[in-house]
Amino acid sequence: MARYILQRLGYMLITMFLIATFSFFLMKLLPGSPLKAEEKLSEAQLEILYEKYDLNDPVPIQYINYLGNLVQGDLGVSFQLNNQPVTDILANRIPVSAHLGIQAMILGTIIGMILGLVAAIKNNSWIDYTANVVSVIGISIPSFIFAGLLQYYVGVQLGILPIAFWDSFKHTIMPTISLAIFPLAIAARFLRTEMIEVLGSDYIVTARAKGVSNSGIMFKHGLRNALIPLVTVMGPMAVSLMTGTLVIEQIFSIPGIGEQFVTSVTTDDFPIIMGTTLFYAFFFILIILIIDILYGIIDPRIRLAGGKD
Amino acid sequence: MENILEVKDLHISFDTFGGEVKAVRGVSFDLKKGETLAIVGESGSGKSVTTRALARLIPSPPGRIKEGEILFDGKDLAKLKENDMQKIRGKDISTIFQDPMTSLNPTMKIGNQIMEGLIKHQKMSKSQAKKRAVELLELVGLPNPTERIDQYPHQFSGGQRQRVVIAIALACNPKILIADEPTTALDVTIQAQILELMKDIQKKTDSSIIFITHDLGVVANVADRVAVMYAGKIVEIGTVDEIFYNPKHPYTWGLLGSMPTLDNTGDDLIAIPGSPPDMLKPPKGDAFAPRNEYALEIDKEMEPPMFKVSDTHYAATWLLHEYAPDVQPPAPVLRRMKGFSNTGADSNSKEGEQR
Repeated sequence: MARYILQRLGYMLITMFLIATFSFFLMKLLPGSPLKAEEKLSEAQLEILYEKYDLNDPVPIQYINYLGNLVQGDLGVSFQLNNQPVTDILANRIPVSAHLGIQAMILGTIIGMILGLVAAIKNNSWIDYTANVVSVIGISIPSFIFAGLLQYYVGVQLGILPIAFWDSFKHTIMPTISLAIFPLAIAARFLRTEMIEVLGSDYIVTARAKGVSNSGIMFKHGLRNALIPLVTVMGPMAVSLMTGTLVIEQIFSIPGIGEQFVTSVTTDDFPIIMGTTLFYAFFFILIILIIDILYGIIDPRIRLAGGKD
Repeated sequence: MENILEVKDLHISFDTFGGEVKAVRGVSFDLKKGETLAIVGESGSGKSVTTRALARLIPSPPGRIKEGEILFDGKDLAKLKENDMQKIRGKDISTIFQDPMTSLNPTMKIGNQIMEGLIKHQKMSKSQAKKRAVELLELVGLPNPTERIDQYPHQFSGGQRQRVVIAIALACNPKILIADEPTTALDVTIQAQILELMKDIQKKTDSSIIFITHDLGVVANVADRVAVMYAGKIVEIGTVDEIFYNPKHPYTWGLLGSMPTLDNTGDDLIAIPGSPPDMLKPPKGDAFAPRNEYALEIDKEMEPPMFKVSDTHYAATWLLHEYAPDVQPPAPVLRRMKGFSNTGADSNSKEGEQR
């Protein structure tokens, strides 16, 4: 297992290098320049700034310099935000996005799983149909609709929760709910389908023939076998939720990374684009690794090399 | 010998969108202590449904026991509550299923799968149950049980898995073992081993076995008595000798005629023409009549009752009525019936041919 993880970490480094390379050159293909927005600058001033940020060097040289700094953990400074180091900006904004994402993910997954389980057990009952409608709504209606509705009814009409900003736990409730609905719907949907299939399989009949109780059938025999597809879809979703969701962060004025990322793309703030992209990539690969390890824990048949076969 | 189980006039239906499928229509039989009763019949004859109903393993809905009694140990299992039934399943009545590749939980160690019943029914501690599980694996002939107990089903071959399934079924020394085509999914050499194992275990534990199969070679090998099912009914029941040497029902003739033998008599195998009736609308009269070349006029009007051939041998065919014409089984079947005298010994190799 340890060897396998080391090997995967090695692949991770290669992947990160490739992603850094691709995104660097892609970014350089973007039209415009980070300094054009400041129209009041004279040619001479621009020239000084270009020189200061090494933007006059040929692109391959810039690339090599960037990689050199990257290896030392230096992501450069922002062109726009008063020359703040990119690492500082990420360090300020990522925890906010991650906090919101994790909260939404946990809430959505737990409620969704409960809903899916109940729907599977009470297959074709009104509970099942209700769960079905909830999932369809959750999957098809975008989160910002819920955000708007919550803001209006809960925030404005009832006035019990703050409409925006990111201060106390209270401030996190509405964005969390808005974000949680999609994973909730997906979890309910996948678990229901998979659970119904698992409950129809031969080994469940074997378990019943042994005299195992209904709850034993559900949790000891059923749930574990139904979890694999759920883990497969929930992993990448966790990444996208935890790395910042532009719309929700915008609606609730949350100082997260999603909002920052989009701003940096529109202003050609190269160091921030690079820094954020690399962070996303790193996080994504990490989650995939965790999912692969989880697979092995859940299902011995996909236990990875180094198991005690 | 005392009856351990009595099934009386069992009716089982499934409610589907198309209507009520009458899968079992009045099955009665009894099972004696220590005997092996084989239930044979083609697919859809209701043999699996009947035996699953004995352990109340039919999912409901859509299935339901419409009427009839399943008397076991002074109780009518047909009317028992699910909670009480859970105390009988796996303890008094165990089931071995057809396909060992799918009947074990892939994410649970086989040891735990064996121990589950022991902990529940025998109130054993974990360590006691583990010790017993090792013994069981030894009993079913699995090498290195102490190591293998911590392995998962995918680390076992098909035959080994079926041994594990049998160990699970035997865990609590059940009084009745229901084997639902336990060898059908296995390859021929393994089949013989599993059959030997089951016979062996029966000798040691003195449990009664209900053995479902469509393989008459297996029947000759393991059974004391045979029940032949067709369209949700038992059409003939008798000792294994009576069924093989003196079959009375034309459907039994058909089954025997379609069974290959080693002592090649030069006869072609006889196929039973047509297919079983649609159980959504069971036909009036004898359900087998449309496929039966010996059918009488009355077969189209009235269902035949069970006629007694001997104390142990009954058959539901009008041919046994005193007014019926004297009909002999077709010649190839007659020749075959003679050939069966050496069936018992080499039936395993016959199974091989049949596949």
